[in-house]
Amino acid sequence: MPVTTARTVRRTRWSVGRLAAWVYIAAIIVLTIFPFYWILRTALSNNHALPTDPSSPLPVGFTLGAFKRALGIASPAEAVTQGGSGASLDTALYLRNSVIYASLLTVCVVFCSALAAYAFARLRWKGRNVVFAVLLSALMVPGIFLLLPNFVLVKNLGLTNTFAGMILPGAFFSAFNIFFLRQFMLGLSTEVEEAALIDGAGPVRVFFRIILPMTAAPIATLSLLTFITTWNDYLWPLLVTNDDSVRPLTLALAVFRQSSPQTAPDWAGLMAATLIAALPMLLLFIVFGRRLVNSISFTGIK
Amino acid sequence: MAAIPEQDAHAPAKLLATGTGTAGGLGAPRRRPGGRGAGRRAGPAAARRRDAPVAWLFILPALVGFLVFVAYPTLRGVYLSFTDFHVLTPPKWVGLANFRELVSDGTFWHSLGVTAYFVLLSVVFGILVSLVTAVILHRLTRSTVIRGLILLPFLISGVVAALVWAWMLDPQLGIVNIVIYQLTGHRILFLGAGGWAIPSIAMISIWKSMGYNAVLIFAGLQTIPEQVYEAGRLDGASETQMFRRLTVPLLRPILVMVVVLQMISSFQVFDLVQVTTQGGPANASNVLQMYIYRKAFGELDFGYAATMSLALFVMLMAITFLQLRIARANESDLS
Repeated sequence: MPVTTARTVRRTRWSVGRLAAWVYIAAIIVLTIFPFYWILRTALSNNHALPTDPSSPLPVGFTLGAFKRALGIASPAEAVTQGGSGASLDTALYLRNSVIYASLLTVCVVFCSALAAYAFARLRWKGRNVVFAVLLSALMVPGIFLLLPNFVLVKNLGLTNTFAGMILPGAFFSAFNIFFLRQFMLGLSTEVEEAALIDGAGPVRVFFRIILPMTAAPIATLSLLTFITTWNDYLWPLLVTNDDSVRPLTLALAVFRQSSPQTAPDWAGLMAATLIAALPMLLLFIVFGRRLVNSISFTGIK
Repeated sequence: MAAIPEQDAHAPAKLLATGTGTAGGLGAPRRRPGGRGAGRRAGPAAARRRDAPVAWLFILPALVGFLVFVAYPTLRGVYLSFTDFHVLTPPKWVGLANFRELVSDGTFWHSLGVTAYFVLLSVVFGILVSLVTAVILHRLTRSTVIRGLILLPFLISGVVAALVWAWMLDPQLGIVNIVIYQLTGHRILFLGAGGWAIPSIAMISIWKSMGYNAVLIFAGLQTIPEQVYEAGRLDGASETQMFRRLTVPLLRPILVMVVVLQMISSFQVFDLVQVTTQGGPANASNVLQMYIYRKAFGELDFGYAATMSLALFVMLMAITFLQLRIARANESDLS
């Protein structure tokens, strides 16, 4: 029957198309994931053995030595026999610095943004729209333009090479966070809030007891995004830090790479340190992946 | 804010794309008639009178942060670009001298060209791959897991991405070069040859940002009603025709946004370059931000570095305004 034939032809063409589409998606996923696997494979290899079988899909001369070197717990003799350089990377210290830098900044800026967003979304006061417009104008200034003057400012305050100097410029104000939270708060129902006001609760109480709990989800999302961007930040810590005491891991990794020899660097050690630097993000990704996908989709539609 | 450039770089276009965002968005339908603020007006007068002091108290931290770390540095950045300033001694006003130097500075124009080349490659190929990926994903599956997987590189730092690719592209031991050598008998100095440096860095940049852009485009695709495609199918349109005549035009606002976000962040590329090539070989990948960094922190010529930053600022502004116009022009596509 002609109808059946047509339908079959159509279905086969479709399946070929679908198959090709799935092959494409599979290729994209492999390209995305492969470098992560390669980090792991190299990090578990013996750096001296790497050149003997550079294309081996499995670790070459399996050892945890590279991780020991990256964490600074390998003896010098052991490090040298496995092809490590003399240079050491105090990963535990950098990890601590990264945690302090990223979490303090995140907590401060998200809290300050929530306070401001509440004032803009729910309180009525003279000049509200003008102040909001002025603050939003900050979005027009690219972060990169502020780097040099902010560096000079932090230097004049004598705060270079301190956590305060790293955190302060970003700790109080983020136009994007304020906008994002205000947008969400505008959509909250006013009824609970009005009931509380009639019961005699002041705006401060309303904010902490009603608005903050109701805004928990977007606050968590923003915290996550801020934490990730701060953890990954490179240029600002590069400018304001100059020694190990406050240097975050991302930056230390880049400095380590530049100080390691250009010919035959300790790739296994570098990849082990890279994995340690990326690990917190990978864990966040496993726990909050769905939330991240949804929040990025949301910011796109807004 | 210096500390979170990624968000800042992305934010302006996003907001401008929605028309500086005064609309209630999310919850607008839930509000009672009478518009925003009607609810509050019904509230107790006493509470309302107390609002102003509390409101100022609440915005105080953000306002101080804005004034000290955004407004003042912006003005100071503009001021410094008219000065001779080497950090240790106070700035000295030199009028337009820095701008004159800029115009005749061959390295600056070279850097600008290198940056433009990088932006072109990462935007054209990056958006193309993201668009194809998003459209195919949208036709195949709603799986959040797959979208999550392709988002993974976006979550790691540029330094990590640059390091792993520097290793994989290594001329002797890098897996990419080993495969290429087995196929062709040649090795490619991806990061060591002048002609390859920028394309290689653009490739790393695309690898890192593709998932993010694809997720944004995917979200845009989800806003297109299914009926549009049903109507298209009834009219006998093929898949390719529907893609060209329906998907692309309806997606244009979000595509414009994604392109501009990508342009703005590509213009500011730094960490990928710093880790892989440090601007070399022979300035072949000396992007603008790299040159500014070298002038400021290598030669301590802050005045001139500020002038170049101002030039970069003006260019980014121009892009954002251009996008504003295009986005506005296309707002009515879906309504």
